[in-house]
Amino acid sequence: MELVCPAGNLPSLKAAVDNGADAVYVGFKDDTNARHFTGLNLTERSFEKAVCYAQDRGRKIFVAVNTFPQPRGFDRWKGAVDHAAEYGVDALILADIGVLEYASERWPDLRLHLSVQASVTNAEGIRFYHENFGIRRVVLPRVLSVSQVAQVIRESPIPVEVFGFGSLCVMVEGRCLLSSYATGRSPNTYGACSPASHVRWEETEDGTNTRLNGVLIDHYGQGEKAGYPTLCKGRFQVGEHTFYALEEPTSLNTLSILPELREIGVSAIKVEGRQRSPAYVAQVTAVMRAAIDYCMQDPREYQPKDQWMRKLADVSEGSQTTLGAYHRPWQ
Amino acid sequence: MKLSIGPIQYFWDRQRVLDFYERVAESAAEIVYLGEVICSKRRLVSPEDWLVIGNDLKQSGKEVILSSLTLLEAASELGALKKLCRNEGFMVEANDVAAIQLLSAAGKDFVTGPSVNIYNDHTLRLLARKGLKRWVLPVELGLETLKDLQAHRPAGVETEVFALGRLPLSYSARCYTARSHNLPKDDCQFKCLDYPDGRLLKTQEDQDFLVLNGIQTQSALTHQALDQLSELNALEVDVLRISPQSRHALRTIEIFDAARNGADLGPLREELVSLLPLGACNGYLVNQAGMDDGDSKVA
Repeated sequence: MELVCPAGNLPSLKAAVDNGADAVYVGFKDDTNARHFTGLNLTERSFEKAVCYAQDRGRKIFVAVNTFPQPRGFDRWKGAVDHAAEYGVDALILADIGVLEYASERWPDLRLHLSVQASVTNAEGIRFYHENFGIRRVVLPRVLSVSQVAQVIRESPIPVEVFGFGSLCVMVEGRCLLSSYATGRSPNTYGACSPASHVRWEETEDGTNTRLNGVLIDHYGQGEKAGYPTLCKGRFQVGEHTFYALEEPTSLNTLSILPELREIGVSAIKVEGRQRSPAYVAQVTAVMRAAIDYCMQDPREYQPKDQWMRKLADVSEGSQTTLGAYHRPWQ
Repeated sequence: MKLSIGPIQYFWDRQRVLDFYERVAESAAEIVYLGEVICSKRRLVSPEDWLVIGNDLKQSGKEVILSSLTLLEAASELGALKKLCRNEGFMVEANDVAAIQLLSAAGKDFVTGPSVNIYNDHTLRLLARKGLKRWVLPVELGLETLKDLQAHRPAGVETEVFALGRLPLSYSARCYTARSHNLPKDDCQFKCLDYPDGRLLKTQEDQDFLVLNGIQTQSALTHQALDQLSELNALEVDVLRISPQSRHALRTIEIFDAARNGADLGPLREELVSLLPLGACNGYLVNQAGMDDGDSKVA
């Protein structure tokens, strides 16, 4: 199983490579990728260095161009594809049908992966992108149980990558418009969910309110640690109850099911978090590297070590982790 | 512009569904989309029932399209989709790329629903080569982008706009209606039956924000394009979609029918808003947040 790690800047990329990532994925400094945050992503110069740093050490570099261009912006997406291809990256991670068509015709030898943002959860969907654009790997959305992932792998004409750790999208990626409903900006159109430009932290007499474009996402009492107002992870009222109606602030952690993922034939494990710090990337990459190595050498004896679990909990949202949809009762 | 009635998003009991389509047969809508698009556990109306309803509507002169499930997870769901795509009587609305693959491989024409991501003309042209005959504009896109897409629209492809309804915003592995009753999805006790318009989610300040509909999340406000009718007409939009609520759906069709025939929009708008469960929004069409009531004035 290949370990694919995130990098939002050059120090993170180095941290990923130095701690054992097999591949690192990055994006450019604009809305052509799904982590379009201020101060994040690679400029032309840092991109060139990133490609060299990874490839000189025998690691791969992937570039995510995985948002959905509208007609007026389409040339920017073509430019991102060309730029990555000209630097000889190992793969592009794409989502939009129009961009896939362009990339497959302009750069027929370049390896294409289907982004999680393409929202494909089954073998027929994979076949569509494989037959039309020759994609060579698919990243599955975080909505399938382990047995459903196994079913997709059995029927898929190409290898499958799944998420192994990081912030958890609870909605099927690429078809979630919650953020644009509240702010006008979504992962599809703008490359960001619950964008910082629309966030407000408000001190009140009895604590802190977090708002997204004015909408109250959560209220924290005195002494309660306030989290970022990601729309699907706030506390809302349904009926008589106020609770995390969609999902708690929590991160996905698959350490406990790595042998199962190996057994069903998962080809690559992805770590989420291009928006996170180099320290996060270093910590998570090191733990995942050790865990995958142990799991591959001795899958029957494998047990996640307590220290790994502690290290991952330290960098998780709300210091909590979950198996998410992989584990049926979560659903 | 033609009027269509989108697939019922909610879990209604069988009799309510049958009664609804009996009345739809008499309505001014030219196109009717049928089928379960949210949850494969909702089986009070069977695939065979949908065919019967479809044939009856066809007899009444309606164009009938069968809509496919949006989020496919279980192998059985893919199996049901294959069966749906093999039907000989009706065109299919693809709500997932899997349906596009199955239909184009079989050489069949198809429609794409709002959850298929057609954001640019390159995508639109490629799908037209695969057999696309009509597409629904993704709900988060506005009139400016629609204009650019219409300018490059391939011949023989109709454009449909989601013109009235609670906005379909997201889909999950998790069932939020079951969760709101502290039940797991596998033992949901069909709680969706208790909420024929979905279950309201409010902020801690009592702002009506979202609606839980099984694995789907919708807007609490109802998106309405009545204010943009003249622009949609000028952009040569072919079909306006009305997504039905449990009450007043037939009256809202009459309102849109009167509006497209040139009736005074002021009183129509006033009545329309009074019929909506919790008020109106239209921000997406005017490039704002979807929940905004972008331009509430009628020109």
